[in-house]
Amino acid sequence: MSDGTFSFLLDGANWAPGADDGFPQRILEHLMYTGLAVVIAFVIAFPLGVLIGHTGKATFLAINAGNAGRALPTLGVLMLVVALAGTGLVPATVALVILAIPPILTSTYAGVNSVDPATVDASRGVGMTGFQIAAQVEVPDALPIIAGGLRNATLQVVSTATIAAYVGLGGLGRYLFDGLALRDYPRVVAGAILVAVLAVTLDLLIAALQRGLVSPGVDGRAERGPRTPTRLDELQPNER
Amino acid sequence: MEFLGEVRDYLETNGEAVLESLAQHIWLALLPVAIAFVLSLPLGWTVVRFGWARHPVLTASSIVYTIPSLALLLLLPGLIGTGILDPLNVVIALTLYSLALLVRTTADGLSSVEPQAIQAAVAMGYTPLRRWFAVELPLSLPVVLAGLRVATVANISMVTVSALIGIDSLGQLFTRGFQLGFYTPPIVIGLVLSVLLALTADLMIVLAQRALTPWARVGVSR
Repeated sequence: MSDGTFSFLLDGANWAPGADDGFPQRILEHLMYTGLAVVIAFVIAFPLGVLIGHTGKATFLAINAGNAGRALPTLGVLMLVVALAGTGLVPATVALVILAIPPILTSTYAGVNSVDPATVDASRGVGMTGFQIAAQVEVPDALPIIAGGLRNATLQVVSTATIAAYVGLGGLGRYLFDGLALRDYPRVVAGAILVAVLAVTLDLLIAALQRGLVSPGVDGRAERGPRTPTRLDELQPNER
Repeated sequence: MEFLGEVRDYLETNGEAVLESLAQHIWLALLPVAIAFVLSLPLGWTVVRFGWARHPVLTASSIVYTIPSLALLLLLPGLIGTGILDPLNVVIALTLYSLALLVRTTADGLSSVEPQAIQAAVAMGYTPLRRWFAVELPLSLPVVLAGLRVATVANISMVTVSALIGIDSLGQLFTRGFQLGFYTPPIVIGLVLSVLLALTADLMIVLAQRALTPWARVGVSR
């Protein structure tokens, strides 16, 4: 890494809270795009995934969404949506939501579907309603897998929000594209470092959240002692 | 219909460039998977054989996998001294992503082999090396190839990002559409070709898996 990158990264003026094109502003923008898209995608995909997993209907939709989502180039989806709907926050968010839905949908379905049928039968046996079973048994049991999907979706969106700077969005991607246009490589590298750090930090935060939310009896912590669940754990259920 | 006409016009005038991008796309996506697959076998073996290696290797994989592709593409030149426009950056970045994914699935696959099968091979006098290639690797193939499918499909869609830094692939069609004032035909052509390529590669691995693991098919049909 060149000295220019470090002096750019360590320049106090770039860290001033109100500075235009400063790090705090760009990081906040990036977090806002990411949060907005992931929350909207979750509101759409999570209930749908629970419903599909709970009823066992339309499972092909949930299974294929994951595979289709992986095959779709994020850059192409972004360009197509922007070409059809114009630049700006709304079209970019729509593209990010489209990309965040498949991992959440597939993992929610896979998680609910993988709950031991005997557990579900027992819940029904003690008189729980379908909604109670879904909310109090299936979802808590499926949380580790659902959290894995949420981590995948967040990663996808952080990554694509960076690319969205190409079509005029703010966020940390600005440093990459502005730097490339100005041949200011320290700026490019500084932006790339910030994006990478942001992505890894968010991933660790969701992993911590996951540990807080998942019951110790579900992920085996109760018997086996501490273990950090990883996002890649979730890759297996897709291929069943 | 008018749109299809525009797509045809675009292909008529730019057909050769599109084919060139497609060819470039194929090798940029598949070479890294091939390299990563070969590297993942000894690495996966190490992770299974030496328990202490598991945590550091898998944690490192998870972190690499988390770095956004555009950031990694732009960080690599500074780290390894290549030019920003060097396709080598794409190959190395995608190899790292594929490896991060394949190490885990290969380790899982090798752990899934029944100990009895290994013991039977030992009892029959297989040398460790022959046992690994003739018994453990083939029996782990269903899990290993499932990982290979994920890595291949992910790579084929991820290559397009390199168009943003000026490297030719089907992604060029997306930036082309952008430069032509959000002209949709090239964008749609790029999307369709990229998805078709991913589906084809996926299907080929599935077919290879069927050919390589005949016992799994017998199990299913019974």
